[in-house]
Amino acid sequence: MSEAARPIRIALVGNPNTGKTSLFNALTGARQKVANYPGVTVERKEGAAVTPAGRPVRILDLPGTYSLRARSPDEVVTRDVVLGRLNGEAAPEILVCVADATNLRLVLRLALELKQVGRPLVLALNMFDIAERQGIRIDLEGLSRALGIPIVTTVAVRKRGLDTLLAQVDALAGQAQGAAAQPLAWREPSATELRQAHRDAERILRDHVKPPLRPDTWTGRMDGLLLHPVAGTIILFAILFLMFQAVFTWATPAMDLIDAGFTALGDLVKETLPEGLLQSFLADGVIAGVGSVLVFLPQILILFFFIIFLEDFGYMARAAFLMDRMMGVAGLHGRAFIPLLSSFACAIPGIMSARVIDNKRDRLTTILVAPLTTCSARIPVYTLVIAAFIPDRTVWGFASLQGLVMFGLYAVGISSALIVAFVIRRLIWRSASDPFLIELPSYKLPDLKNVLRGVLTRGQIFLTRAGTTIFAMMVLIWVLATFPAPPPGAVGPAIDYSFAGMIGHAMLPVLAPIGFSWEMAVALVPGMAAREVAVGALGTVYSIAGENEAGLVATLAAKWSMASALAFLAWYVFAPQCLSTLAVVKRETNGWFWPFVMFAYMTALAYVAAFATFRIAQAVFG
Amino acid sequence: MRLSDLGRGDRGVVRGIDTHGHADAAELGHEELERRLLEIGFVEGAHFQVLQEGLIGRDPMALKLDDMRVALRRREAGAILVDVTAEAAAEASP
Ligand SMILES: Nc1nc2c(ncn2[C@@H]2O[C@H](COP(=O)(O)OP(=O)(O)OP(=O)(O)O)[C@@H](O)[C@H]2O)c(=O)[nH]1
Ligand SMILES: [Mg+2]
Repeated sequence: MSEAARPIRIALVGNPNTGKTSLFNALTGARQKVANYPGVTVERKEGAAVTPAGRPVRILDLPGTYSLRARSPDEVVTRDVVLGRLNGEAAPEILVCVADATNLRLVLRLALELKQVGRPLVLALNMFDIAERQGIRIDLEGLSRALGIPIVTTVAVRKRGLDTLLAQVDALAGQAQGAAAQPLAWREPSATELRQAHRDAERILRDHVKPPLRPDTWTGRMDGLLLHPVAGTIILFAILFLMFQAVFTWATPAMDLIDAGFTALGDLVKETLPEGLLQSFLADGVIAGVGSVLVFLPQILILFFFIIFLEDFGYMARAAFLMDRMMGVAGLHGRAFIPLLSSFACAIPGIMSARVIDNKRDRLTTILVAPLTTCSARIPVYTLVIAAFIPDRTVWGFASLQGLVMFGLYAVGISSALIVAFVIRRLIWRSASDPFLIELPSYKLPDLKNVLRGVLTRGQIFLTRAGTTIFAMMVLIWVLATFPAPPPGAVGPAIDYSFAGMIGHAMLPVLAPIGFSWEMAVALVPGMAAREVAVGALGTVYSIAGENEAGLVATLAAKWSMASALAFLAWYVFAPQCLSTLAVVKRETNGWFWPFVMFAYMTALAYVAAFATFRIAQAVFG
Repeated sequence: MRLSDLGRGDRGVVRGIDTHGHADAAELGHEELERRLLEIGFVEGAHFQVLQEGLIGRDPMALKLDDMRVALRRREAGAILVDVTAEAAAEASP
């Protein structure tokens, strides 16, 4: 490859939450997750861009950090990439230190530290729009001279300043090639050196940056309310309550519409196609199966709308603050709250975001309990069973009873996560946890377009899952539930003679004590691929058995007892019904031991919980 | 005076870090705890104001620390020496 065509590698380094990923997305067209709290990015991501001079560059987005002296696994990633210690990967040729222009103190010290690495360095003053709005006067030339590095200003979210930044890369390209041959010269600063660097940064700041003319008073006022020990806690619970009510009530019209659409489609298939395997495959396998999962799209979208809105607004770090003490009682690190909250969407990003926790035991505990918080894949299962068994009533004049039960299930999930953490950290692994130090970001009014884009992306992911994993599982279930055909002269429904029937009946001795029927047993196995599949599986199994005329909700209401239904819910609160989660735990803990532990304890909990629920409900409801 | 002795509304100036007898220091090492506090901005001369305290045990604390806002547990705050005399408070007020 010719010298000019070899891409230059650039790393984006900076304090947490300064807009590195926003800049990365703007430069490369990627869609990595951006949100207004520290510790969003926990992995190294790579993308491509081209400079104004036509030079190809590779851009690396890295987790935010206050220093190269990595303490937590995410910061280790940043250090290893910058210093070229990551499995044989050479160090990047140019470093871009991304700063929040409204909050320069700490990042200037980091910039001084990065300078010592000995690679060409550019300081990107990001969020320059906010700095301008606040009237912060920055003497760019003086600052650049004092630091001895070029400075560019950027507004990542408006794609402003990208060309100047890339032009700066062109300007440094020659120097970069010279520097790339030099060994890297970074070593851990001592406390004394840190103090000295702070003093230098402070002096530079005083000389070249004048405080804002119109400081942000909004954040302070909001915090007066949202961080208030009483009002703030009430608001936190009100938000969560509203979120689950909304998931239940706002989604209903759209869900009914989708449901009606699939029912009509199923009828159409049954009318137009001759009775036989093809008709059954389309009507029972595809439409009843995948369709029963797709119905939940509106709920997923609403949930993500809330989560993304709160994340962009800057509320997550506040929620972590308010919940810290409760986490502390459970023996969890305060920062564990963000991984647990992220697990409302899906345990996988939740488990990965546990990387921001430095202490190994704190981190492992967080990983082990994260799947207990109710992920969005449980929504279909919960909704289906609730719709079939909980009357659609309004209580206290405003709350939907179904929404309330949903809220209760979420509460059970989060409390059991805390209780399990307590058992691990207070009884098994007793040791002090690490310091809780978290920066509280300024509030930002979320950009509605961004929020909607994020919500649509999540919707796309859900649809893709429905079209791939869930579809594949439905095909499998349909095959298992259809073949082999019953022998001639057989009595009873054909499905009893199929593989699915055999599997279900084989599992029955184990699952009957917790109140599961063989159909429920069949739904559990493919439900390992993805929790929603259980719903689709029930749809298909009842459809093939010819018992799904009036829709799955009505079918369950007729076929299941209240006690069995509640036991099924209890099972789903605890059971590790998701192989991808176990795979991520294996990756994050480097081995099969912890995923095995997780599987074992969650299955045991699920069984015990379902058993207890079933017995108690039987006694209560008869 | 230590930061952990303060309550809501108190303001002052950071005077130093003293990790002796601190529970976390035993696990992390004195220098490590000190460096972590320094890196997030608890450096001599930094101005602060206690914004809010948690519900239970008045823990954790949210502070305005120079231009930024940070949250920390009272336990860590115990390692931070502060000056809350009238002059220091005046210096720290906006
Ligand atoms: N107004 C404004 N907001 C910005 C700008 N750049 C980023 N943001 C917002 O700042 C927040 C943080 O952005 P991220 O890109 O996630 O920051 P990051 O540095 O990658 O954060 P970590 O991965 O946690 O270290 C988000 O809410 C962005 O929308 C900007 O130039 N102007
Ligand atoms: Mg990021």
